[in-house]
Amino acid sequence: MNIKQSKEIWAFLALSLILLFNLIFTQGFFSIEIRDGRFYGSLIDILNRAAPIILTATGMTLVIATGGIDLSVGSLMAISGAIAAVMISNGDFPTIFLFVVPIILTALLGVWNGLLIGFRGIQPFIATLILMVSGRGIAQLLTGGQILIFEHQGFELLGRSYFLGFPVAVSVALLMALAINLFVRKTAIGLFIESIGGNSTASRYVGINDKMIKVSAYVVTAICAAIAGLIMTGNIRGADSSHIGLGMELDAILSVAIGGTVLEGGRFHIGGTILGALVIQSLTTTILTLGVPVEITQIMKALVVVLVSFLQSENVKEIFSQYFNPRKKALLTPIEKQIDDSTKEVLNV
Amino acid sequence: MSEINTFRPAGLGYRIFNINKTYLPMITTIIVFLIMYSFACLSHPMFFSLRVFVNFLISNSFMGIIAMGMTFVIISGGIDLSVGSMVGFISIFSAYLITNLEIHPLSAILICLLFGAAFGYFQGFLIDRFGFAPFICTLAGLFFLRGSAYVVSLESIAINHPTVDAITAFAIPLSQKISLPFTALVYLIVFLIMLILAGFSTFGRNVYAIGDNENSAILMGIPVSSTKRKIYMLSGICSSLGGIVYALYTFSGYALAGSGLELDVIAAVVIGGTMLTGGIGFPVGTFVGVLIMGVIQTFITFQGNLSSWWTKIMIGSLLFVFILLQNIFSKTAHK
Amino acid sequence: MCATPLLIMKNISKSFPGVKALEGVDFTLQSGEIHCLMGENGAGKSTLIKLLTGVYRISEGEMLLSGKPIHPRSPLDAQNMSISTVYQEVNLLPNQSVAENICIGRVPRKFGLLDRKSMIRKAKEILEWMNIDIDVTQPVSNYSLAIQQMVSIARALDIKSKILILDEPTSSLDTEEVEQLFKLMRKLKDEGMGIIFITHFLDQVYEISEKITVLRNGKLVGEYTTENLPRLKLISKMIGKEFTSEHVKKEFRNTDSNPVLINMEKGSVANKIEEYDIKIRKGEVYGLAGLLGSGRTELARSLFGLDRLTTGELWINDEPHKGIRPIEAIRNGMGFCPEDRKEEAIIPDLSISENLVLALQSRKGVFNKIKESEIKEIVNHYIDALSIKATGPEQKISTLSGGNQQKVILARWLAVNPSLLILDEPTRGIDIGAKSEVMQMIKVLSKKEISILFISSELEEVTAVSDRIAILKDRRIIGEQKGNSVTERNILNKIAEVPTL
Repeated sequence: MNIKQSKEIWAFLALSLILLFNLIFTQGFFSIEIRDGRFYGSLIDILNRAAPIILTATGMTLVIATGGIDLSVGSLMAISGAIAAVMISNGDFPTIFLFVVPIILTALLGVWNGLLIGFRGIQPFIATLILMVSGRGIAQLLTGGQILIFEHQGFELLGRSYFLGFPVAVSVALLMALAINLFVRKTAIGLFIESIGGNSTASRYVGINDKMIKVSAYVVTAICAAIAGLIMTGNIRGADSSHIGLGMELDAILSVAIGGTVLEGGRFHIGGTILGALVIQSLTTTILTLGVPVEITQIMKALVVVLVSFLQSENVKEIFSQYFNPRKKALLTPIEKQIDDSTKEVLNV
Repeated sequence: MSEINTFRPAGLGYRIFNINKTYLPMITTIIVFLIMYSFACLSHPMFFSLRVFVNFLISNSFMGIIAMGMTFVIISGGIDLSVGSMVGFISIFSAYLITNLEIHPLSAILICLLFGAAFGYFQGFLIDRFGFAPFICTLAGLFFLRGSAYVVSLESIAINHPTVDAITAFAIPLSQKISLPFTALVYLIVFLIMLILAGFSTFGRNVYAIGDNENSAILMGIPVSSTKRKIYMLSGICSSLGGIVYALYTFSGYALAGSGLELDVIAAVVIGGTMLTGGIGFPVGTFVGVLIMGVIQTFITFQGNLSSWWTKIMIGSLLFVFILLQNIFSKTAHK
Repeated sequence: MCATPLLIMKNISKSFPGVKALEGVDFTLQSGEIHCLMGENGAGKSTLIKLLTGVYRISEGEMLLSGKPIHPRSPLDAQNMSISTVYQEVNLLPNQSVAENICIGRVPRKFGLLDRKSMIRKAKEILEWMNIDIDVTQPVSNYSLAIQQMVSIARALDIKSKILILDEPTSSLDTEEVEQLFKLMRKLKDEGMGIIFITHFLDQVYEISEKITVLRNGKLVGEYTTENLPRLKLISKMIGKEFTSEHVKKEFRNTDSNPVLINMEKGSVANKIEEYDIKIRKGEVYGLAGLLGSGRTELARSLFGLDRLTTGELWINDEPHKGIRPIEAIRNGMGFCPEDRKEEAIIPDLSISENLVLALQSRKGVFNKIKESEIKEIVNHYIDALSIKATGPEQKISTLSGGNQQKVILARWLAVNPSLLILDEPTRGIDIGAKSEVMQMIKVLSKKEISILFISSELEEVTAVSDRIAILKDRRIIGEQKGNSVTERNILNKIAEVPTL
């Protein structure tokens, strides 16, 4: 692939820059110890903590590519964690049930989101706002508003155990992202998603079932969020309905944007999204290790959002090309711009 | 040329009730409020009292103030996610100004309002000039303000100042026991201003025009760019005022104040009958929407056996109902 | 006439990056005059109007209003110079009241606040003057398009304009409504207003205007007095060649004996197309002729399942298909090349190759992905066969010229090997060369036993390729012609015919 065209390049550069910064300023950032057959170190820590972000952001990538957004992922994480915790404390279910049941129930909420958006045509931002608000309430309802603490060896495998020295969570997240990517690219779903995000009318005209594709995108996102919720719940051995996944929707959206997927929909890059998630987590970890209050990350994230928006904005591109190429005629007025396209069409430029 | 041609409109509302269809969402809101309020009164007779009603105003005043600004943003077809963080930032910032820097509260309030206006205007500028999606741009604002709030102080800062005491002590007695405190007063005044602004000012009418059809608005010669910037500036002013009221009300500043408030505010505006697609909405509706949120919260408190998360679930359900209604409404309106 | 004309546009040029939309155009408008601006699509009419109304800025030339130079910078600016426009698609605020729509931006004030009562009174007065009585407090979207059009005009009147521009205001109006509009225009003319009128309907031009200015390809053809310019002359000036409507250029093909491929019985879609019957035979080119808004596109959409049928039954190869959807239509061998390429056809972000295989992939289903090698083969074949000019199959489709985009869309449907290809205005907005290529292709395809439903507003094109045509007017089929009788004259006569009740 051509490097110049690669959308992942920005995320890759950003990640390299952060790592380079740490290489110079943070002592022992790159050191990895092996204790009890497990790897320890900042890098491993970043991977481990990034796992839930990678998961939700992967789903979010598909949703955003269809031209949508899913604000409910954080609440969905809380719900799936709460379901698992309730199951553990209320009965003796086989371990596999503890994973499957929360995932299926959360997926149903994804169906709900998808139905509102795909079939009722409600704006995605608004439709998912419903579950974002009430979902956390439902999770709190399930756990009785408390942090439901449990111990369950089988269940904790996902959040706490290690595989080949690496945290299982990381492998699960990466595998899931990979599987999803493989699935959408080996079938025509990926093409159809990009087509819907690029021009939904035209997609309907060629017979693409945009409604079903949209629903499946929200379902996949819900499943991803559910797994992320299970990881975090298992990690802290408790379902903290009020805090799990809080603000996750923003991190996920940010990862997608950094990864080179345009927020208006269309082309998507799951590889870029994974890098984007790593950028966010390494930024947070770096700030933590520097001893700066972790809250600064929020300002950093804000600046990243603005930066990414600038890079994606067509207007900015024009203003810049204007600046570097003053011979071009004066900027079109906003109205001119709007009408310009149709004129060009007629003049067939 | 003597014949006069008379035409009758064909809209949904006109057919049924002979009323303007753009009022329908708001009328629904008012009916929902009346039903909920009567239900609450029937199950808890204490509900039907001036005290409870005044309490609605007090406990939701800063949310209401912000919701008024948000109403304009949503009527214009935009969204402002930064309002909750603005409350957090302004509350801690104003406390910092008053307590740590010993600036006179009135000057501090002025500084805060100016900051809110400037920040809102800047967001509007980015949205208007660079075509940022309002949702994304104000999301950045959300992060930025919350982060900045933490930078000011992680701990809460108490406010102790005679002027503040004087301001907060101000109240208008309604009866022997009940009086309208300053928070409720500020809310009512803001509400009044917004009523006038929405219905009887050029700016207000331009906001409706932009939300209804931006292209038409441009061709009609409405100053779309400057109006858009002013809309977000207005929202910035309202949310910073909300932050100030919050700080004065609690006599302290706290960086975490108003987390997630943006969602409640949006919910109140939507429940208040403002169409998310823009062009339709009224401050009165938002006022009632905020009251509905108050009824839900108070009812759950009164009920005793219901926990706080039911608030979220009920607001979510109500949000769903209203969004679905809007959806059906806009689909029939186009036919 | 008057010493100084109301408006002089002198030597006007307008360039967009890479194109000259207008070159050295002159235009003069007297007060108390209805002046038609004529030209084909892309002639530069709308560009000229947009320069005058401040939507665009002129690149060269000058504009004089009552002898004084003007430089309108925005629609508002133009309004303040008393130039108002009523656009083809109604540009109003659907959810705001009629009064508001008429007065917004100029609402009278009282104590610094907008005075809504006098706004309502003012709106009523203006409408009364126009002989229209409606409830001005109701939102505009409650009223019919014709009323909305009138409201737009009322708005222009309120501005106390000297110049009123009517940009195809009649395309959505019925005869009676047009008559009403014309009455109003005459009334305004008598008051000394200068009216610039743009329309596609020749009858209307001759009924109402005194002067005609013809543009073609961004250049001025000339200014004429209406009574001295016969219709045929006008048309030939517009299309830029002598118009000989009588000669038939194509060989006559009798397709009556071909088996019926598509048979629609009593099909209709509420508010879009009235009940119609249509039989399309194998290998024939079936043309739909009619003016803009006559229901051509709507008919095609209902066949392809884009709009659900209100009544009627569709038979494909003698098999009934109730409530057909696009995907089913595609699986049954239909392809639909829509009118609005940008909005309805291309996926701008995707490559030529992805755009090209989209319909085929959709026909094959989600889980049956076409192999890369196969895609390559298909794409290269069509790039070659249709001589699509591109740097390669991976080029973004949005960077292609209009003509090449259209070829990709045609290839998209050819790739599914259709038995019926619906082409809705396939030559719109593409250059002459590409146009003739497309027309050539239609002929070739029809020889390959592919049926084609061909829609074009250029009668010449319809008659050139069609074996059979249906003539549409006011959303219904009013006649069918086949073989030798497919001529422009016949079509025009049929459309011009006064319906017998």
